[in-house]
Amino acid sequence: MRYSALRVLKEGLTGNKGWKPAWRDPEPQKNYDFIIVGGGGHGLATAYYLAKTFGQSKIAVLEKGWIGGGNVGRNTTIIRSNYMLPENQPFYEFSMQLWEGLEQEFNYNAMVSQRGILNLFHSDNQRDAFIRRGNAMIMSGADAVLLDQDGVRGMYPFLDFDNARFPIKGGLVQPRGGTVRHDAVAWGYARGADRNGVDILQNCEVTGFQISDGVCTGVETSRGPIGAKKVAVCVAGSSSRVMAKADMRLPIESHVLQAFVSEGLKPVLSGVVTFGAGHFYVSQSDKGGLVFGGDIDGYNSYAQRGNLPVVEDVCEGGMALMPMIGRARLLRMWGGIMDMSLDGSPFIDKTHIGGLYFNGGWCYGGFKATPASGYCYAHLLATGEPHEVATSFRLDRFLNGHMIDEKGQGAQANLH
Amino acid sequence: MIIDHPLLGPRDAAEFVYLGDTALLNRPDWQADDAQRQFHDYLYMRENPAGEMRELWYHERGDRSWLVITRNTLTHEITKVELARDVVRAAQKGRTTV
Repeated sequence: MRYSALRVLKEGLTGNKGWKPAWRDPEPQKNYDFIIVGGGGHGLATAYYLAKTFGQSKIAVLEKGWIGGGNVGRNTTIIRSNYMLPENQPFYEFSMQLWEGLEQEFNYNAMVSQRGILNLFHSDNQRDAFIRRGNAMIMSGADAVLLDQDGVRGMYPFLDFDNARFPIKGGLVQPRGGTVRHDAVAWGYARGADRNGVDILQNCEVTGFQISDGVCTGVETSRGPIGAKKVAVCVAGSSSRVMAKADMRLPIESHVLQAFVSEGLKPVLSGVVTFGAGHFYVSQSDKGGLVFGGDIDGYNSYAQRGNLPVVEDVCEGGMALMPMIGRARLLRMWGGIMDMSLDGSPFIDKTHIGGLYFNGGWCYGGFKATPASGYCYAHLLATGEPHEVATSFRLDRFLNGHMIDEKGQGAQANLH
Repeated sequence: MIIDHPLLGPRDAAEFVYLGDTALLNRPDWQADDAQRQFHDYLYMRENPAGEMRELWYHERGDRSWLVITRNTLTHEITKVELARDVVRAAQKGRTTV
């Protein structure tokens, strides 16, 4: 069923009795051409583009719980393409372009809102670094505007400009950045994939891989064995746990990242703002809550909840940036598990096992990458070659010295 | 999290800096034939277990000792805290890896 204004009108006049579930709940078949392990945003996007854009069939998405119940439902919904390194920036700009056409593409309201993202700087050398980043963004086809202090005052007059320690000197804006209704991204891709014949199998946990003579021929699941020509793992947050079933170790640590929402407030913050002197970023949801977050907790964790020192650190950042946030009450907070890779960049690659593919290592930046990650992974699965904007996300890059270390932190996962 | 320091007693985890898996103490032999592969695995590859893990914490805002902490990554429960130097000396005595 195609969604449209006419459809809403018609259903409204006939008692809303014609709506059907947005995707089927099929039984697993014995064999597929493609099995995608993980029904999150990236996995569902992969299945969608594999079926729709690359014309493949016999595809299944296997999800341990319910689709969209992991990090695509736990992030802070920001989209942007303000990276710097040539291995990263074209990929994220490609993702931004896919975001811009996404709702028409999969006929689902994902509430893509390009309300702009503002990165503040607080010193002369930070400004120079932002100019360099802005130029790198423009060279990749993205948009970037440098604002002085007056420019920032015009956008957000309530920020603490004259903070004694970290005065706000200006900011780098990406007007095309913004926010997206995160759950709707999973649901939109799921519905789109289903309409193109993909089987979405929920409550179907992968418990092992069928590997013989170095070739993966299927998976063992909680709903029985399923054969496949190609198995594509896409389970960021649990990558090490799943790939350990194929006897693989990864350059990844799992860490917990917390996020926070205040009580609902009248509209006060039109876009996304990031503090440049500490790790704090904030936007306002359409329901009115201030959505904000900061650093990961910094120790390995699969617990989906964090500890209080980071809560304090995030709130200090908020108070330093916009003191009025101290008047808002915190409504809820939660944690999600991040694949922190050893250089801060992701992987979309084949493994050394034939027919087994890996997508992961998204650190705490996976949501914005969802469309491009799915598109490029589908490209790799369908053609056997990496997409032109994702040629560097290789698993062997640490061995041959081609790390993509955006922050220049070295081999320390919790610093990326 | 509260870390029960062997010398100082219970301390807030915020006083500590986290390094990672205790396997980082097992530095490979730089003269080995496959030293490049060994150092790649040592520096970049991680077990990343879901469950009990032994890890290195540094008491930066305290006595600056290195600790080996046994902690469950699913629950954050800490079951054992040792001084890293004791762990290393015991391993050297027994000629084993940490």
